[in-house]
Amino acid sequence: MIIRSHHRASLACLAAACLALFLLSLTIGPADIRFSDSLQALFGSGDDLMVLVMQEIRLPRALLGLLVGATLGLSGAALQGYLRNPLAEPGLIGVSASASLGAVIAIYTGLSALFVLALPLLALLGAMLAVLVLQTMAGMDGRPLTVILTGIAISSLAGAMTSLVLNLSPNPFAATEVMFWMLGSLTDRSMPHVWLMLPFTALGWLLLLRLGRALDALSLGPDVAASMGVDLGRVQRLAVLGTALSVGAATAVAGAIGFVGLIVPHLLRPLVGAQPSRLLPASALGGAVLLLSADILVRVIAPDRDIKLGVLTAIVGAPFFFWLVWSHRRTGL
Amino acid sequence: MSVLAIENLSATLSGRRVVDGVSLTAGKGSFTGLIGPNGAGKSTFLRACLGLVPASGAIRLDGTDLSALRPAQRARHLAYLPQEREIAWAMSVEAVVALGRLPHHARFAAPSQRDKAATEAALTRMDLCAFRHRAVTSLSGGERARVLIARALAQETPVLFADEPLAGLDPQHQIALMRLFRELAAEGRIVVASMHDLTLAARWCDRLLLLEGGHAHAEGRPEDVLTARTLEDVYTVEAFIGTAAGGLIVQPVGLSQKKKEENHG
Repeated sequence: MIIRSHHRASLACLAAACLALFLLSLTIGPADIRFSDSLQALFGSGDDLMVLVMQEIRLPRALLGLLVGATLGLSGAALQGYLRNPLAEPGLIGVSASASLGAVIAIYTGLSALFVLALPLLALLGAMLAVLVLQTMAGMDGRPLTVILTGIAISSLAGAMTSLVLNLSPNPFAATEVMFWMLGSLTDRSMPHVWLMLPFTALGWLLLLRLGRALDALSLGPDVAASMGVDLGRVQRLAVLGTALSVGAATAVAGAIGFVGLIVPHLLRPLVGAQPSRLLPASALGGAVLLLSADILVRVIAPDRDIKLGVLTAIVGAPFFFWLVWSHRRTGL
Repeated sequence: MSVLAIENLSATLSGRRVVDGVSLTAGKGSFTGLIGPNGAGKSTFLRACLGLVPASGAIRLDGTDLSALRPAQRARHLAYLPQEREIAWAMSVEAVVALGRLPHHARFAAPSQRDKAATEAALTRMDLCAFRHRAVTSLSGGERARVLIARALAQETPVLFADEPLAGLDPQHQIALMRLFRELAAEGRIVVASMHDLTLAARWCDRLLLLEGGHAHAEGRPEDVLTARTLEDVYTVEAFIGTAAGGLIVQPVGLSQKKKEENHG
């Protein structure tokens, strides 16, 4: 097996694909608008309705596709590098489940009907609580196994609480709304969602992108990394907080979208010579490419049926997971 | 004259004192073998010197207290080769060896000419130039061990600590490795390596430190440390000790009489 990394070219290709899909996402929708008109409308010139559609509906949807996709890809790559486990993904540390629980409570109590941003805010609160528990439990020792086990416990608890809320829901409409929200989607989001998400996302990305060198060193095990001067406690804080902030915000706005964080690092690892530091930016771009494509696909396949984004990513993702387990079994890794 | 002076080092793991007041002085150009039965505290001693487990005592290199340095600074003095040859991802040989330069360059800085030269030198020294683009995960155990040694060499430290570097290697690789450690010492480095092969330890090391139950049982020249009496006391084995091909041969041949009596009693 020969490795010749073309990581710069790969990054450029991914960035170009990202931009193209972003533009494509802007021009696809039920309203029949020509490409050139739509771009003009985006900047406020042309028909008022067209401007409204572009600025208030399609732009936030495309932006969220970009932000959520990049978040999932980046955090997946960071967690796989930190935990040195190819099966790690953002859902593993319990942040997605806790954010979902917050959102579900917002829907159940009717707060989300009174105030649009109540749902994402409560979801963020859920994510933050999960991190607090995770940091308290996992402490400062920086051991990945403690993080995984605590994450699984948090996920189970949050999942059970979500089920309890569904169980007790007196109103079938609220239960349906909860179910739909949990499937994950970018439909009917607006610019306030983007603004709400952005600060947390930006901060989370900043923390995760600083992990690069430490993750490279960690490929040789925690002892070698520490002997080369890597502070394992700091690495744990960056990985956990960065994931919580960015994935918490993404889940708060778009619901739980699975498998992107798992698949993207795997697909791109060979392109960057498997080096964790190079995988971070590549996975961020790759996650955006994948999620923008999926979001375009749900609009093209069945424009009238509103297929949920999380359903599509899971349908594509689960078979990939089978293949992953199968190939690992074969290579005996 | 560089001197590594480890004084009264103690380490406690989960309430048990695993290393208890061990001292070691190793001069520039020396190759010290760390020997002792399983659980004697060899690995913990090395890990404690590196600051990987909490420890008390002093580790000085030319008078500089290494335990007071920031981890990144300490990493420019001490390189570590652990027993586990773990490499998580299918990175190229060159990329893994270049990781040894991490303590030397600032965050986000690109590798300097010096970094590249050090990586190149380590690849050449370990005869890995032909492998440089191969994925480490596709290499044999011996080749992988060479890559990890090259990684530690690229760190360009005056002191190298190796934890059971001979484990899992064939005789050819074992002898090549001992020869390499001798050469590194001859170039002015200080090498400390733990091992179980007493003949290789006797033939290649300048000095041996024999640990038992976390204490230093004996320290000195191989022929003084490896006596039949000591081997019986510490390892509870009867050993053949002889001289052949210009060096000592130490071959355990059976459990000691004392041990046999214990087993029967």
